[in-house]
Amino acid sequence: MQRYILSRLFQSFIMLVGVLFIVFFMLQLTGDPVALMVSRNASPEQVEELREELGFNRPVMVQFADFISKAVRGDFGMSLRHNQPAMELILERLPATVELASIALLFAMVVGIPLGLLGGANPGSIWDAFARGAGLIGQTIPNFWLALILIMVFAVNLGWFPSFGRETWQFMGLALPTKSVVLPAFALGLFTMGQLVRFTRSAVLEIKNEDFVRTAYSKGLADWRVYVKHILRNAAIPLISILGVQFGYLLSGSIYIETIFSWPGLGNLLAESIGNRDFALVQAIAFFTSLVVVSLNLTADIAYGMADPRIRYGEQ
Amino acid sequence: MTRILSVKDLVIKFYTFDGVVHALNNIAFDLEEGETLAIVGESGSGKSVTMLSLLHLLPMPPAKIENGEAWFYGDGKEPVDLLKLNRSGISKIRGGKIGFIFQDALSALNPVMTIGRQISESTMEHLGLSHAKAKEKTIKLLKRVGIPGARQRYDNFPHQFSGGMRQRVMIAVSMACNPKIVIADEPTTALDVTVQAQIVDLTKELQKEFNIAVVWITHDLGVVAGMADRVLVMYAGAPVEIAKAQDLYAKPQHPYTIGLMNALPNMKGDGDSRLASIDGMPPDLMEEPQHCQFVWRCSHAFDRCWKEIPQQIHVGDNHIVSCFFDVDKGRPRENA
Repeated sequence: MQRYILSRLFQSFIMLVGVLFIVFFMLQLTGDPVALMVSRNASPEQVEELREELGFNRPVMVQFADFISKAVRGDFGMSLRHNQPAMELILERLPATVELASIALLFAMVVGIPLGLLGGANPGSIWDAFARGAGLIGQTIPNFWLALILIMVFAVNLGWFPSFGRETWQFMGLALPTKSVVLPAFALGLFTMGQLVRFTRSAVLEIKNEDFVRTAYSKGLADWRVYVKHILRNAAIPLISILGVQFGYLLSGSIYIETIFSWPGLGNLLAESIGNRDFALVQAIAFFTSLVVVSLNLTADIAYGMADPRIRYGEQ
Repeated sequence: MTRILSVKDLVIKFYTFDGVVHALNNIAFDLEEGETLAIVGESGSGKSVTMLSLLHLLPMPPAKIENGEAWFYGDGKEPVDLLKLNRSGISKIRGGKIGFIFQDALSALNPVMTIGRQISESTMEHLGLSHAKAKEKTIKLLKRVGIPGARQRYDNFPHQFSGGMRQRVMIAVSMACNPKIVIADEPTTALDVTVQAQIVDLTKELQKEFNIAVVWITHDLGVVAGMADRVLVMYAGAPVEIAKAQDLYAKPQHPYTIGLMNALPNMKGDGDSRLASIDGMPPDLMEEPQHCQFVWRCSHAFDRCWKEIPQQIHVGDNHIVSCFFDVDKGRPRENA
């Protein structure tokens, strides 16, 4: 197990180095970064001055080394627009994104997994038709369109939920979610819900034909016990890695949703910083998002190893 | 001897996209308390289907029980028809009164549950034991089936055992609740010969100790000779002969059984002689049987064999055969 974790850690490290590399050269590929930062009628002297100030007149490799050495310390430079360190801005916006992503994932799990289980347990039944319908709808409705429809119906017409912004409820020093998160979380989580329904359903369908399920029945166990202790327990192992990937997607993929609902999270910040050509901030967000995705995948891999005894004890 | 199970006129069909498969045609046999009945026959002859159907373990659909009764005498004073039981009724019988040993213990045990829990959950369900009591009972049972270091092994997973040890665990699963009958579905096929013998011996010991009737499904006639009291020979979904093991080997009555016996390698033969085989192929089960299913391959077949399905007739003490031809006398039977 230790060797398993170490090898996964090493892989993650390599991946992050690759990400830093891409994030740095992404900026170089756009041409002269300074030209993008100054106003159109700046004089060549002003451009040269800024270039020198930002260090863009140095050789590329020197710039890269400088970038890396600062990046590993969490220093991605100053946001030009906000005049604040980029990382600081990210950490300010992070709680909103974490709240949105967690609630979206929670919704997807609470609805998706039981629905997939019901569908897989009774293929061809009304439950199965419902599960397959939910899976299809969840995966095919574009979330930006859904977001607009939700705003129209539940915010404008019915007035049940606010149409934009984030409100929190302060309780014992914690900022707890309020109903303002409902619409964005639903719009964001629906796709993941669809994925979970389809995945759980097919996993259950496959596992229930395994020999050990017949053994479980031959012991006289009740149906629910066979499903929970034998089928679901086996389906949970691949499900863990899906959940890790999906949570990474939810944490990073909410640009549309956060923009539509004016949710003050990372996706919103990213959209804004791209619009402002705030490169330090774009780089920082890109790296930070990758860091989150890589660590979530790592966590999922380790959890996967702990859930599956064949991996847990495989190397002893 | 007291009867523990009596199966009558069991007919099972599989409704598939390609058509109807006539898997079982009028299977009938009895099982006495504490005896060993071996069911032999080639692949697809319906050995496993017969026994799985009794515990409602066949996937239905496509399988459908068209006819038959299976009276079980081990549950209280009144016999129950297993085939008519509802969901909760059959759950009490499964594991509690009738245990199952499956062929490949690696795939038949849950890979992510400790073997201890897989045995305990059965005793907790049927005997209402607490966690702690079930664990103690399981450890005792693991010791009894010959798992060294049973207490430590309780928390091991199936993949941490060797093939033979896994099959011992499987036996412990099947016998955890002191059942009346244990059905062993080719439990030694996946094992090497020395381990096979250990598993056979262990089953025999436990059977005697707890007075369990064992139904041993196999196509290994050597194992049959070593442990069975009686043998049921099946061919293409029909029972062709039921006899005491020694009678079956000494004077087989059905042409198919005779063919099987001739096909056994003989230690006394000279090294050059070829093994005997039965010419022809088993019939297509898609066609509804109108006559004896062995007729295409039978050297004794005569016109009646092509017209009627032979019924089971008693030809001796506990010796039943389904054939119109009397091989001893070399002519058709008069009483069939």
